[in-house]
Amino acid sequence: MSAPTQTTARGAAASSPDAAPRGFLGRSTRRWLLLAAGLVLALVLPWVIYPPVAMDIAAWALFAVALDLLLGYAGLLSFGHAAFWGGSAYVAGLTAVHWGLPFPLAVLVGAVFAMALAWPIGMLSVRRSGIYFAMVTLAFAQMLFFVVNQWRGLTGGENGLQGVPAGFFGVEAVEREAFWFYYAALPMIIGGMWLAWRVVHSPFGRVLVATRDNPARARALGYDVDRYRVMVFVISAGLAGVAGGLFAISHGFVSLQEVAWQTSGKVVLITVLGGIGTLWGAIVGAVVIVILEDQLASSGFDGIGIITGSVFIIVVLLFRRGVWGTVADAVARRTGRRPADEAVGAADGEDGR
Amino acid sequence: MNEILQYTVQGLAAGSFYALAALGLAIIFGVLGVVNFAHGACYMLGAVTAAVLLDLVGMNFWVALLVVPVLMFVFGVLLERLLVSRLTALDPLYNFLLTFGLSLLLVDLVKRQYGVSGLPYTRPEILTGQLSVGDVRLPTYQVFVLVFSLLVCLGVWLLMTRTRIGMIVRASTEKSELTRALGVDVSRWVTPVFGFGIALAGLAGVLAAPFRAITADMGSSFIIILFAVVVIGGLGSIVGAVVAGFLVGLVEAFGQAYAPTLSQIVIFVLMAVVILIRPAGLFGREENA
Repeated sequence: MSAPTQTTARGAAASSPDAAPRGFLGRSTRRWLLLAAGLVLALVLPWVIYPPVAMDIAAWALFAVALDLLLGYAGLLSFGHAAFWGGSAYVAGLTAVHWGLPFPLAVLVGAVFAMALAWPIGMLSVRRSGIYFAMVTLAFAQMLFFVVNQWRGLTGGENGLQGVPAGFFGVEAVEREAFWFYYAALPMIIGGMWLAWRVVHSPFGRVLVATRDNPARARALGYDVDRYRVMVFVISAGLAGVAGGLFAISHGFVSLQEVAWQTSGKVVLITVLGGIGTLWGAIVGAVVIVILEDQLASSGFDGIGIITGSVFIIVVLLFRRGVWGTVADAVARRTGRRPADEAVGAADGEDGR
Repeated sequence: MNEILQYTVQGLAAGSFYALAALGLAIIFGVLGVVNFAHGACYMLGAVTAAVLLDLVGMNFWVALLVVPVLMFVFGVLLERLLVSRLTALDPLYNFLLTFGLSLLLVDLVKRQYGVSGLPYTRPEILTGQLSVGDVRLPTYQVFVLVFSLLVCLGVWLLMTRTRIGMIVRASTEKSELTRALGVDVSRWVTPVFGFGIALAGLAGVLAAPFRAITADMGSSFIIILFAVVVIGGLGSIVGAVVAGFLVGLVEAFGQAYAPTLSQIVIFVLMAVVILIRPAGLFGREENA
């Protein structure tokens, strides 16, 4: 089975990255402008939005980019990524509490833990693809949820892990103010996104797309499909771990919610809403969902699931290419490039459903 | 020895809910290729509907056992016609995502309407006591749930193996393309089969109503265990769903008795072992792997 992505369109776009410039601006010029705009937005975000919310957006954006790396480019839908986001959150929180590690180090330790956790889970999960992969990853994440919930002495159980310090080499502004913490954390967020971008545009990334579009042919060409899948799964888990660790430390505590399956669902929602297989879309999705939830929560509306559930249903029914995919198509049409095809994954290229 | 019999019955009773719901999940998957994430929410809706009907019109448990599945069938038919059918031609992951959104919506709608605390449900008089088998005393309700769900599973099995409808459903589960090629109009059966699967989830919900706390979240952990059940049993397999359902119930009951902190984890360890040894599940066909 193929991934829920615009298979042919992605493949075509990826194979001609430096196509002759069309329209009034060249492709690479547009790309640089986009990147500059993104960086400017990231830098001014805590000026226009309440800084803790800005930090939430940044963390969820990296989380969604990590998931999109797996879903959009390897065609694997993980419904258990909360294990890596939340697992890292707990480990980062624990190292900060007990060893007093400065937060960048604590987050890195958390991310390494997430990758170590992802290795066996990935090895087992890639034995199945498609819908099975989603269910198996979901079940493994739930296993971690129960472990965290039961191990009260270490994790605080349902009360969560309280009083996580945001140590930063004695720089008090960062340690106390959400505004400055955001700027201290931003390099890790952007670094993570850059890494995802590098992976997608590397030979490794090309092989990944091949394993997604036609695993049988990739196998015939001598690529060890399962090994590639496990590797991207581990990389994705590491990035999710960075995001989760930063999220937990910025909040000063780790809640059981971080390892719950609803968190896995939320990051899938963000990625699908933004547009699968676009990376930028994941960022747009995070901005929309985090702000929406923040507004709903502060307006006292209980029943966020009613809104997010409806958004999910509408997006899946009507805008399967997501916000970014839909806009990119419109731009492509205007500048005369061949618009991408509608995503139809009915063809069973994969080994059974 | 007595203890073991008690835990066995308790486990099989808990497994009954999984078996019935997983049966619905397996049938839907077989014919539509859809993994219904909203199955846990439908189980919850079954229990909530029974509680609301008891409260509003005083409908007793026995009538609810009949009426609620019919209502859930209608709900399932509407769901299939209005939403699911629009995506069945696409990658099955889209319907997985659609039903995930749907379950978020349903759970929070119920939560808004009836709150987070449980709805009350009085057990029918006959089912409150205990049965004595030799010198072992077993809760009547557990025995009833077990016998009732075994009868339902048997009924579904007879429906599948002895009737023309069942033959078509089995054929389209096994070899969808070939069944179509032989001139069977599979699409005619898609909607009723979906409704039937949802009705089974609703039935499990009604059965659970006097037994478990009726809350909006009661389906949330249920659906995850249900996924483990169908992975263990083999997703396309109807027998696998039932057997694995009872098996998981047993594992849960003995786990709770002898290692309470590990009981939930053991289920997923079992799943991991099955994936390692038989990726297609205990009753799944290897070509599905």
